[in-house]
Amino acid sequence: MSLVDPVIELGRGLWRTLSSMFERTVTYQYPEHKRTVRPRFRGRHVLKRYDNGLEKCIGCSLCAAACPSDAIFVEASENTDEHRFSPGERYASTYEINMLRCIFCGYCEDACPTEAIVLGDNYEMSYYTRKDAIYTKDMLIEPVSSVNQTTPQKTPTGVFTRSVPEMKDAKD
Amino acid sequence: MDKQVTLTIDGKLISVPEGTFVADAARMADIDIPVFCHHPKLEPVGMCRMCLVEIGRPIRDRATGQFVLENGQPKIQFLPKLETACTNRVEDGMVVHTQSESAKAGQKSTIEFLLTSHPLDCPVCDKGGECPLQNLTMAHGAGKSRFLYDEKLHLEKRKPLGELIYLDQERCIQCGRCVRFQDEIAGDPVIGFDERGRSMQIMTSSEPGFDSVFSGNTTDICPVGALTTADFRFGARPWELEEFPSICSQCPVGCNITINTRREAAADGSMVIKRIMPRQNETVNEIWICDKGRFAYHYTESKGRLTRPAIRKDGKLSRASWDSAIKLAAENFAEAGKNFVVLASGRLANEDLFNLKSLADHLKGDAVLYSEIGGGELTSAIGISPDTNLGEVGPGTTLVVIASDLYQEAPIWYLRLKQAVRRGATLIVANPRQTRLDDHASYVIRYAYGDEVKTVHSLDKKNKIGEAFTRSENVIIFYGSEGLGVEGSAALASACAKLLNEYGFAGKPNNGLVGVWQRANDQGAWEMGYRVEADLPRFLRGKVVYLVGVDPAGDDPRLAKALENAKFLAVQDILESATSELADVILPAQAHTEREGTFTSGERRVQRYYPALPVLGETRPDFAITAQIARQAGFIQEGTSVSAAFDILSETIPSYAELSYSKLAEVQPQWPVVGRGDLYYGGTTYENKHGLGAHLTTTASRGENVHILRVHRESAPRPQENELLAVPVTRLYDRGTTVLPAKVLKNRIGKATISMHPDIAERLNVKNGGLVKISFDGHSGEALVQIDKTIPAGVVTVPRSMGLAIHEPVPAKVK
Repeated sequence: MSLVDPVIELGRGLWRTLSSMFERTVTYQYPEHKRTVRPRFRGRHVLKRYDNGLEKCIGCSLCAAACPSDAIFVEASENTDEHRFSPGERYASTYEINMLRCIFCGYCEDACPTEAIVLGDNYEMSYYTRKDAIYTKDMLIEPVSSVNQTTPQKTPTGVFTRSVPEMKDAKD
Repeated sequence: MDKQVTLTIDGKLISVPEGTFVADAARMADIDIPVFCHHPKLEPVGMCRMCLVEIGRPIRDRATGQFVLENGQPKIQFLPKLETACTNRVEDGMVVHTQSESAKAGQKSTIEFLLTSHPLDCPVCDKGGECPLQNLTMAHGAGKSRFLYDEKLHLEKRKPLGELIYLDQERCIQCGRCVRFQDEIAGDPVIGFDERGRSMQIMTSSEPGFDSVFSGNTTDICPVGALTTADFRFGARPWELEEFPSICSQCPVGCNITINTRREAAADGSMVIKRIMPRQNETVNEIWICDKGRFAYHYTESKGRLTRPAIRKDGKLSRASWDSAIKLAAENFAEAGKNFVVLASGRLANEDLFNLKSLADHLKGDAVLYSEIGGGELTSAIGISPDTNLGEVGPGTTLVVIASDLYQEAPIWYLRLKQAVRRGATLIVANPRQTRLDDHASYVIRYAYGDEVKTVHSLDKKNKIGEAFTRSENVIIFYGSEGLGVEGSAALASACAKLLNEYGFAGKPNNGLVGVWQRANDQGAWEMGYRVEADLPRFLRGKVVYLVGVDPAGDDPRLAKALENAKFLAVQDILESATSELADVILPAQAHTEREGTFTSGERRVQRYYPALPVLGETRPDFAITAQIARQAGFIQEGTSVSAAFDILSETIPSYAELSYSKLAEVQPQWPVVGRGDLYYGGTTYENKHGLGAHLTTTASRGENVHILRVHRESAPRPQENELLAVPVTRLYDRGTTVLPAKVLKNRIGKATISMHPDIAERLNVKNGGLVKISFDGHSGEALVQIDKTIPAGVVTVPRSMGLAIHEPVPAKVK
């Protein structure tokens, strides 16, 4: 090893430092600035609604069956036209996801026959207690834009008879 | 043994009994022929066409009747078209192809046709996950339909057939299993097909709808999700359920059941029972259970459960520790000596009853079974012997039913007797009024209430009935307590036992005396040496009473009064009751769904049940509580291991000798095969993997001497003018503490209904369904009137356990 080598190495290091001073920063000033997520990002789940406000979820529990970490718990009840939550006979009266167990694999999304559960963009989940990590249906369901879209709804007889809709082609 | 027939299915040479259907023969040889309408318990109908196969038969020479040979082998002729495997019986030399191209194409198109009008709403269907249509579509279906989705029929999704069973008309594939079950097996033809062709639908023709106590079974055998129970509708997905083997605790039949549990949010995340399903035991309940067994389980989750021990202090019950409660009870029991009484229920396990009896014996007290039927010691002397199977008795066997309405008291025995008649057994039904079993009886005997013993004495008279009786190879007598109290039924039992003994119908299989008890394990109590007490109110006065699993105060105001006058009351039970209100100490026990134990059925079969739910609160199993009390009283009993307690029991009680928990858990292969992956039966009857139980021996079968005491009984009371004779009868759906919490049965339980002859009703000026006041024995209550012309004049039948405290025939006034 000659005496020149350390000098070269030092120069290289300094050059790295100097050049990076002119590069674009990668650090985000979280939480003031939040990074937009990728289109296929798998964040916190959202239970979707149809345009008229009815819940897409029919309480079939297939998401819970598909879940590899047993994070989802669903209980179903029966709809009536007076008191309708979702199309068809069945709706989820209890829907809970334990976010501490969830591994965000998205299998629940795949299993859902009505495209009701979707992994959203939200990644801000932190809790002080284990119980707080259990997200209930109220927390997961998509908020409505107007009052007459809330569930349960009073619906005309014989209109919302199908639980499983005819699916259009998936967009992505 | 039946003649065997040899045939070839898919190249496999098999031998099966003559008369077997090809579909069943294939099943025996582990070859899979898909079926929907076929069910081995039902007559073949060939409605669904799912089992299409190619069947070839050897050609016989018309002149000689010999097989025509070709290259040394019989020449086989196939029909040009496919045939149904479920309607063709096996023949010698038959060749069946189930996997040939044309057979597979036939099965595939049948599925395609069935699905033309099936909604495919599997995600919301209760059968989804245990559905034969789902499974067979995956296995044999085409995957794609050539039919148009838009042309599917849209029908009613929620049509109540009654308040217990709902029909989804879209899902129904018109296989007719439910209709055939009701016609052939249950004998309640209350549902049927309406319309024809594509408009054909199931409808009910009874009022109230689907009026059968076996209705729940149709949901089990339905091969799609068309029939669902009100209780389990959308309750859970099948794959989420945990299964625990158990024994039904509602009646003495001892049906094998499976308890399905799941966590529930409403129960704060703890496990709850979601449904009760039958578990196959061909010697007890086959694959059926009654609706009471299926729906009346809700009492275990009732809000009124006792969960903590309590002691009466300053006139009020207040919370106490187990140690102090047990100490208090033990001190009082030990002091009482001869005044100590154990009043135990037949709902308790054998081990509980055994510990209670030995505690009573040790303290020189008395052990009394809380029951209204006497004579049980005779069933343990000449009751039915090992190797008896009601499912196999046929020609040569006479079955006698006296003073019991089996349809109401033990529905599965009604089914079994009805099937035995179909196989050729003789059935003699003796009852003062018409019962459902009369329709299937070979001989019906009508007698007046009070003449039960006389009727038994006339069974061997020289007439048609007497001949049928005396010439039989085997005789089983079922005796009950219709119109009888403790003394009356004891006299009846003694008369029956004497008759059986005289003609040698005892001590061998398919012979003996059976008591139609009120509770699941009354037989066990009789085997342990319990007795019943005819005049309980007088007997209990001033005693130190250890009440276990009973609610006398709730049943009868006279008993409530007697208990108030007792010296000390220790109440050990699962539910709060009028009796527990009076207690000096409360010992909370575990329900049978929360612990392990054994029951002895009325057929004297000991069967194990297993814990299904977690232990509630501070509750303990009954045998353990008794053992802890015994220990305080200076006497060691087994109080930790229930199987060890059973071992001690089997060493002590001769009829249980050589039985053990491992012996009770033994299973043998049973036909029909259920529970395999292919969900042959509609998938929801559970395979028995946890024990078929074992029969007890009798004094007679052990070859010991049998002594039968003649029991005299005063004749039935004579009602005065303007009075009627009120006689107790037993109903299936009563207001018992283990039935009432089942809200789904509310309508079926209904109000107390008394039945009387139209002439009497006219005299009293009451109409059918009218409300009357009935008073007897210083007790009165309201009841609805049912007019029934088969009720003898001068008599009014009063249901037990419906709020009217009737125990024996009494004169009554009706206004």
